[in-house]
Amino acid sequence: MDLAINNGKIVEKINENKAKVIDASGMIVMPGGVDIHCHIAGTDVNTGRLLRPEDHFRDVEAKTAVTRSGVGYSIPSTFTTGYRYSRMGYTTLMNPSMPPLEARHTHEELEDTPMVDKATYPLLGDWWFVLEHLRDGLIEECAAHVAWIMAATRGYAIKIVNPGGLEAWGFGSNVKSLDDTVPHFNITPREIIRGLCKVNKLLNLPHTIHVHTNNLGKPGNYVTAIETMKCVEDLAEENRPNIHITHCQFSAFKGSDWQTMSSGAEEIAKYVNHHNHVTLDMGQVIFTNTTTMTADGPFQYGLYQLSGNKWVNHDVETETSGGIVPFTYRRKSAVNATQWSIGLELALLIKNPWKIYLTTDHPNGGPFTSYPTIITWLMSQAARKKTINKIHKRARRNSLLTSIEREFSFYEIAIVTRAGQAKTLGLTQKGQLGVGADADVAIYNVNHKLVDPSKKYKKVRRAFKKAAYTIKGGEVVVKDGEIVKTVSGKTFWVDVKTSLPLEVNDDLKRKFREYWTVEYENYPLRKGFLHNPAPISIKAEV
Amino acid sequence: MTIVTGVTCPVCGTFCDDIELVVENNVIVDVKNACAMGAAKFLNYATHRNLKPLIRKNGELIETSLNEAVGKAAKILADANYPILYGWSCTSCEAIRVGLELAEEVGGVIDNTSTVCHGPSILSVQDVGIVSCTLGQIRHRADLIFYWASNPWSAHPRHIERYTMFTEGRFQKSTWKGYISRLGGVLSRKRLRRAANLVLRRDIPATPKIERHLPYTMFQKKRKMVVVDTRKTRTAEAADYFLQIEPNKDYELLQVFRMLIQNEELNVDKVAGVPIELLEEVADVMLDCKLGVFFFGLGLTMSEGKHRNIDTAISLTRDLNQRTKFLIMPMRGHYNVTGVNVVFTWQTGYPYAVDFSRGYPRYNPGETSVIDILSRGESDAGLSIASDPVAHFPREAVQNLVKNPLIAIDPEVTPTTLMADVVIPSSFMGIETEGTAYRMDHVPLPLKKVVEPPKTCLSDVEILQRILSQVRKLRRTSN
Repeated sequence: MDLAINNGKIVEKINENKAKVIDASGMIVMPGGVDIHCHIAGTDVNTGRLLRPEDHFRDVEAKTAVTRSGVGYSIPSTFTTGYRYSRMGYTTLMNPSMPPLEARHTHEELEDTPMVDKATYPLLGDWWFVLEHLRDGLIEECAAHVAWIMAATRGYAIKIVNPGGLEAWGFGSNVKSLDDTVPHFNITPREIIRGLCKVNKLLNLPHTIHVHTNNLGKPGNYVTAIETMKCVEDLAEENRPNIHITHCQFSAFKGSDWQTMSSGAEEIAKYVNHHNHVTLDMGQVIFTNTTTMTADGPFQYGLYQLSGNKWVNHDVETETSGGIVPFTYRRKSAVNATQWSIGLELALLIKNPWKIYLTTDHPNGGPFTSYPTIITWLMSQAARKKTINKIHKRARRNSLLTSIEREFSFYEIAIVTRAGQAKTLGLTQKGQLGVGADADVAIYNVNHKLVDPSKKYKKVRRAFKKAAYTIKGGEVVVKDGEIVKTVSGKTFWVDVKTSLPLEVNDDLKRKFREYWTVEYENYPLRKGFLHNPAPISIKAEV
Repeated sequence: MTIVTGVTCPVCGTFCDDIELVVENNVIVDVKNACAMGAAKFLNYATHRNLKPLIRKNGELIETSLNEAVGKAAKILADANYPILYGWSCTSCEAIRVGLELAEEVGGVIDNTSTVCHGPSILSVQDVGIVSCTLGQIRHRADLIFYWASNPWSAHPRHIERYTMFTEGRFQKSTWKGYISRLGGVLSRKRLRRAANLVLRRDIPATPKIERHLPYTMFQKKRKMVVVDTRKTRTAEAADYFLQIEPNKDYELLQVFRMLIQNEELNVDKVAGVPIELLEEVADVMLDCKLGVFFFGLGLTMSEGKHRNIDTAISLTRDLNQRTKFLIMPMRGHYNVTGVNVVFTWQTGYPYAVDFSRGYPRYNPGETSVIDILSRGESDAGLSIASDPVAHFPREAVQNLVKNPLIAIDPEVTPTTLMADVVIPSSFMGIETEGTAYRMDHVPLPLKKVVEPPKTCLSDVEILQRILSQVRKLRRTSN
């Protein structure tokens, strides 16, 4: 079968005599990879870079004729991030946590991340405007504010991190369940999630709400994860997803403390298999040294106390918080090994691959460069077994993996690494190779007819590590795993048209002055701030 | 006449964004809301500036065309083996991004002014992390504010008014009324004493002793301010507590606080010249607060102990988080010195002292920081932008800096531009050119263009882009 590309799009036909021809016979052709959740830009990521020179010293990339120099490993510099994703055949990245106040920073870094299209989600779960409007039951006003913030910060989806917990962290506490009251605001996490889920529907946003659950990283939290999914069950319509639980592995711990911690993947998979309003991503753990960073300040504090490693906290006024702790996942730690097992169990036990996507929550579970390894774990029982034999004894005994025979096909891998992610993101141009789609193509040098991925998994891993070709917007940017051309991608954002846009009056300006330490006019990004914006126009229901 | 509102002030790290300017015929005639430093810059920036590019011929700086100056600058950089590119803290992030590309292209060392100010703070962050926040968090929530070895009243004049004591947040009231009445009390006591001296024909007494007892306001439920410094500054006069410590004893005092908050008893009378009872009181205040914050200045980073002082300060903050909520923040000086660290870090992984001589970024302060390179006499060319190293570097470093060809990009006439071989005047960032800069708490804000620059002055971004493309041309032809 031939694939024709013209003007950056997949087309029906093209004049073959004039066209450049790439012979991909005996190779696998997929749409360019889509990563739904990777921390690649913004205050937290960059402070992580600053925090860890030791992470960079041994992993450097020198300048070449076409590329800029940079450093790795778990938190690579911006250019290197773009190159490394591109070498693996990825072309679209979603940066999941942007404090609205620091939107400029996130976008400046995204502009310096070449080779990929990107978008970013503003953190809205603890935004005072959201808390106050939802508390007062003003869903439509809340929607108007959310529509405004999407345009003001050039955001793509509603990100909710530990709803209510981050506001409580302002004074050093946290919320413990979905029905705990947020101090000073008289609202519960349940109301925040449900409220924003309704807002998401009113605004017709392309993606669902993107939720990092309460109690993340605590034994017994799989109950909270299931509760969170349940709490918007009644808001779902006709099998369409309305909530995305991100890095679900970190929210799938069973047990009452770290000694009894075990996997809650089975229960979560059971729930997801019976409900169609949820999508998940894995948040797979890799045995390596990495840098954990989330907007979940209290969780990061807990991790600091647990590990004793250096700790960064960054609270953002009126909006959110953030934390960073370097961390090493060890095979011989029962907890870490169980975490490794949980991620794979989730992916393998959830029957429908369109509901779960491959991520490491880069760099929290491990750097994105380990995706090819995870692909082999999903495709080959032998590859899994090799790692299982090396992990902590108790974790091995409790792991469900030994009893799971499922092995992903290449087709399923294509779903969990691009098609499914593009679908749930509402990026209709991505994750597919139909006529009219963006010409983002990845070609991997592995013959699915000759190579049995369950046995020759090393070969598969090599192929996914270095794409034979990556085509971005119709241009060959990677050949044999090396960058041959640098391109800068687009930045998607949603331009929501509401019938009553947020009225900017003196009252609102005064409120801005009271809530933030910046003036109203300096809060939104000015027009022209992004060099390559790709607004998606949407008509809202309000 | 036009009024421009919401202007950011390109002076100090407080980076106020509520300035109002009145502009008449392309001249700023009035400034509202700014402090004395800010107003002085907006009103007088144009009085002492270079308008034409200069080039040194036969030992004298003579006027030249922009193209020639750019060409000469590019030649100097392209010919050099190990050039240094220094400054960057008073320009926009956009310019810094081009600067990094230039440094990478010429295989030089790029460094910024944090190398001489909060460099030790950055080393500490790399050692132990940092527990910080944005300034609004302090405004809304902090009920205990420490200024440690910093004097915002003089150096960051609106810091107290906008972010800490004299501002009203959601959970905290402003304390400016209390301050005014206390100030009134102090003044009238002084007046009474003076009158009594006159009546009783006493000689004017020597400077009063430092009062170390608790001020009455300590027992009110309100925001409290503690100042730790070696001398009684204006900030200290406004404080509820003032700990006047002996110079270079900060490390000792911080370690003592770390012990005191763990309820350890100390068998000494004084630490750093402060009675232990007072320190115990302050430690209790720390533990009792809802949210406390340390702001620390160069008095801590550049006195004896350097980054070890900050290590301890951050560790104390971490310890305090076991009992209450506590945060810490460096008082950054220039308006975009935070931004320069941020941009360096996202492009290279390192915040300052980045060496590109091997084709990839390398970082080893002490080896790759400019003062050390200059002291060892290793560089063979220099570019200074938006800073004044000749006035501020150690003498030996300056000698080596001016010995080699030196390019200066700066709107003003400074000792550096007077000693340079090529001077390219730029427009004033944040007044004549727009861009982005980062406040001391990492909040990015826009720099605005309020008036048109003189025709002969390009922006830093354009000048650097021209030099970069010239350098590329020269390197292509030489290959």
